[in-house]
Amino acid sequence: MNAAPAVEAIDLVKHFGETRAVDGVSFVVPEGSVLGLLGPNGAGKTTLVRMLTTLSVPTSGTGRVAGFDILRQPTEVRRSLGLTGQAATVDEILTGRENLKLIGSLYGLPKKYVREATERLFARFDLLDAADRMAKTYSGGMRRRLDLAVSLLAAPPILFLDEPTTGLDPQSRSGLWAVLRELVSEGTTLVLTTQYLEEADHLADEIVVVDKGRVIAAGTPTQLKDQAGRASVVVTLTHAADLDRAAQLMESCCQEVHVEPGSRRLTAQAGGLGDMTRIAAVFETSGIELDDLGLTRPSLDDVFLHLTGHRAEAEDAADLTNEGVTP
Amino acid sequence: MTTVQATRAPATRPPISPPSLLRASSTIVWRNLLHIRRMPEMLLDVTVQSVMFVLLFAYVFGGAIAAPGADYKEFLLPGIMVQTMVFSSAIVAMGLTNDLQKGFVDRFKSLPVPRPAVLVGRSISSLIHSSIGVAVMAVTGLLIGWRVRNGVVSGVLAFLLLLLFGFALIWLGIWVGSLMRTVEAVQGFMFTVMFPLTFVANTFVPTESMPAWLRAVSEWNPVSAITQACRELWGNGPAAGADAAWPLQHPILVSIGWSVVLTAIFAPLAVSAFRRRSRD
Repeated sequence: MNAAPAVEAIDLVKHFGETRAVDGVSFVVPEGSVLGLLGPNGAGKTTLVRMLTTLSVPTSGTGRVAGFDILRQPTEVRRSLGLTGQAATVDEILTGRENLKLIGSLYGLPKKYVREATERLFARFDLLDAADRMAKTYSGGMRRRLDLAVSLLAAPPILFLDEPTTGLDPQSRSGLWAVLRELVSEGTTLVLTTQYLEEADHLADEIVVVDKGRVIAAGTPTQLKDQAGRASVVVTLTHAADLDRAAQLMESCCQEVHVEPGSRRLTAQAGGLGDMTRIAAVFETSGIELDDLGLTRPSLDDVFLHLTGHRAEAEDAADLTNEGVTP
Repeated sequence: MTTVQATRAPATRPPISPPSLLRASSTIVWRNLLHIRRMPEMLLDVTVQSVMFVLLFAYVFGGAIAAPGADYKEFLLPGIMVQTMVFSSAIVAMGLTNDLQKGFVDRFKSLPVPRPAVLVGRSISSLIHSSIGVAVMAVTGLLIGWRVRNGVVSGVLAFLLLLLFGFALIWLGIWVGSLMRTVEAVQGFMFTVMFPLTFVANTFVPTESMPAWLRAVSEWNPVSAITQACRELWGNGPAAGADAAWPLQHPILVSIGWSVVLTAIFAPLAVSAFRRRSRD
């Protein structure tokens, strides 16, 4: 865990005229870990990534990527990172293979290496059959995979992904997640931005929640969920007829018991695993059959509402209805 | 996280040797030319469209236009070629805006590539694009009776003047392409600029018949000087009359002068607009 930081943001600020797109953001990403930058549209996530990848010059502050300063050593920074932008920036007119040839040549990679790496990456991303077709014939998921293949060509130790799964169907999304997890297991450091709480929860070791250019929370997914509220126990009965009896039992040992009318489910607030085993024991002695007994923590959805809800501004409410809700 | 540390293999990174400006630019030229090969319709603007212009003017309007001391078709060809070269600025502008819009410039910028490579590559491929147009014009011209009459040296010199002028206008294209957000906007703007630029000139008609004020504007138009230079170098028309404006009296020097001046004006504007656009 005491790995050297792969990416550091040091009080980064970016103003566009009057707009403070990023307003003093700092974070550290240890080598080999995954940082999720979570926030609604316009929170400043993309601007952060653009500054750290040397595409945009900060108004103030700086950052380090693989130990290199983004302002003073941009070339070294660019050699250390791969970037997959918000729109899949593959060249639609070129074939898949030509896209890699183009980028390989711009990296100055040996031709033989590019050829071999292309085969390897295409096999891994299931693109071999489409390798010699123009990228404009690719589906959304294929374009993303090609984009990722392009980003990985020079085997960068650090990969930035700006909303990698926006616009993908659920199947392509989980496919991409699997690929990303594999990269992480090989030691790649990931910095990804997302509007999807589920995605951050799935992939990130550490989440930084950004809103209006500022960090409003940071921590592991679990820490953030704990911050948003207590966990609850969900009990699913085998027989709906037991519902009333089960509710009485739960009332005797738990707080805030909710019965979902017409279902076989009850929920109650729980402090942790201790409460759950207590409830299990109660049901065991009562002889009521259970299908399932589980502990659910608040989702990152709840976390986000909880965090941004603190600023009770009208436009915040609008933001949340528009963008804070995941599909 | 701790367990994966052992399996990290930084040694598998391939050798990265950031390319020189020349190599990076030629890679981008390769890519842009591949686009033309895949979408030959991209060439329509400088081929079919220009051929249509030639035929339209040579056979439809030409009969009604009296060219001084030359066959109208001979008079016309240099004008059309200059027009084709002027179009290269629109080509570069649209290509650049498209690359900016689609995130391609970002992709290039995230690589260890000399930053001017995007512009250099784009300019060269646009010059090739419009040169293809000029070649098509030359062949069309030869078929309908246009000839280079003053020998190889001045013939080649005229083509070089055309290229130089095209190069100067490419900076205009880069400037416009960096300022505008969509290809449609670029197209609208460039055609609004290029139509008066290529028509209020001696490209298609002699300037003598224009009202005095318009004639003055036409004869000081850079397009007229370069057209006149090509006509004289190719032997497609007589030298300008004594009453013509000063630039037409010295068309070759003035063409070179205009190209230098336009480059001096638009290159810094273009580079700073492109930088500004790509800093954000």
